[in-house]
Amino acid sequence: MNSSIKEIQDEIIDEFSILGDDKESTIFYIMELGGKLPEFPEKDRVEENIIKGCQSKVWLTTKEENDQVHFLADSNTDITKGLISLLIRVLSGRKPKEILDADLYFIDKIGMGNIIGSQRSNGLAAMIKQMKLYALAYQTKQNA
Amino acid sequence: MMSLNVEKIRAEFPVLHQEVNGKPLVYFDNAATTQKPKSVIDALGNYYKLDNSNIHRGAHTLADRATRYFEDTRTALKAFINAKEDSEIIFTKGTTESINLVASTFGRKFLKQGDEILISTMEHHANIVPWQMLCEESGAVLKVIPIDESGEIIFEEFEKLLSEKTKILAIVHASNALGTINPVKEMIQAAKKQGAKVLLDGAQSTSHLHIDVQELDCDFLCFSAHKLFGPTGLGVLYGKRELLEVMPPYQGGGEMIKEVSFDKTTYNEIPFKFEAGTPNIADVIAFKKAIEFINTLGKDAIKQHEDALLDYAVNALSEIKGFIPVGTARDKVSVVSFNINGMHPFDVGVMLDANGIAVRTGHHCTQPLMQRFGLEGTVRASFSVYNTQTEIDQMVSSVIKIAKIKNK
Repeated sequence: MNSSIKEIQDEIIDEFSILGDDKESTIFYIMELGGKLPEFPEKDRVEENIIKGCQSKVWLTTKEENDQVHFLADSNTDITKGLISLLIRVLSGRKPKEILDADLYFIDKIGMGNIIGSQRSNGLAAMIKQMKLYALAYQTKQNA
Repeated sequence: MMSLNVEKIRAEFPVLHQEVNGKPLVYFDNAATTQKPKSVIDALGNYYKLDNSNIHRGAHTLADRATRYFEDTRTALKAFINAKEDSEIIFTKGTTESINLVASTFGRKFLKQGDEILISTMEHHANIVPWQMLCEESGAVLKVIPIDESGEIIFEEFEKLLSEKTKILAIVHASNALGTINPVKEMIQAAKKQGAKVLLDGAQSTSHLHIDVQELDCDFLCFSAHKLFGPTGLGVLYGKRELLEVMPPYQGGGEMIKEVSFDKTTYNEIPFKFEAGTPNIADVIAFKKAIEFINTLGKDAIKQHEDALLDYAVNALSEIKGFIPVGTARDKVSVVSFNINGMHPFDVGVMLDANGIAVRTGHHCTQPLMQRFGLEGTVRASFSVYNTQTEIDQMVSSVIKIAKIKNK
């Protein structure tokens, strides 16, 4: 059995707590996480996969396997890539309902707003919204 | 020339004395807005504590005092840019509104189908969009002067674009994104030969360079108080009297009228014709302290200090592997625009901020300029009179650390 959304979030909170208040090491860590995202296919780097509302470019695609939603994403900035890698770690490979019900408390707990500033926080909210929209679409299809 | 006592100057700026993310604040976002000296901050408070009153028609002592202080700033500004008379100084919300005012009044009245408006590739959006709007409405055509790789205007191309169709040349004096100082005197002369009117966007130049509107012979000059150590939300439009007089009003309301009846309204004299409604009294009064601050130091001394910082920064940054300068014009104000090989400017900006260093990142409201260089944006450090070499050392050591991530 995979870890639950809650367990993964708590794991992330633990990791970030080790970094403490040092903003620089936190940012380096986020960028490092972004570097570990799987390669994003060049053919998917197209306008319709861009998430609206992000200041930097973020591409997001999904596929469904065994009733689970899998996300793949990329960004032109390393910090944003790191942020979306956290969301993918929490939400990818879940059932649509789990994604829709997810309360993503880890974002506040790790002090993301202070780290990335208000403009990127809006971008992060746009990413979450888009991921939930995909989940809703799959759920509707599964229930059809 | 006396060199400046920077420590003493810094003591006048309360905001500089703080830590950001556990590091001493290094404020290098001066092209976006400068910090304010105590004299300006105190003047704002004192106005509300002692003098607050509506100006120009009050029959009481406070109103008279507020009016006097308000008009004193106009006189100080007249001297600051060497206008012929006080009434050529109009208060606006900022450079953007000043440009919009000219486009909506002068532009609407005098431009027609087929006329041409000339701007450059390095204009701020505020000196592009109002003209595009005017072109849509009037059928005039927008022409753009190209620039070279270093970020300088290609003068021969500019001359080729000038013709008797050119009705307005709207040109930035110093580029906010690159720092390039344009040869505006020569450009104005060339434009005048064709009978064009010239609007100078002085948002970035007024804090660094001597400006003499009579010597330059520009028809309009636009600038903002907040980039000149003054309050936000306040700007200036200088215009030659003969033009301001024939331009229709910008907005209707109080202050701008001579007489109102339901049959006909007559308009006030300049500058009041363009200052409808209760103006930004407190900020105008405080702005005078900012002008005094600059005058006391002297623009030559300010420029010398900033030039030294610019040279020092460019030399140090150029040693860093992965440093890519953007804009290497021969004549520049104290702006360093750059990228780090393999990195997005946003990421560089966030990491500098983690080290207490405030810079601007992005397209700097000059998207066509960024497109010219094939860039999404840059990191921009811009220096002011209170900055020091030690602060530049701090930035350089942070940039070294950041650049190493992708440039081993």
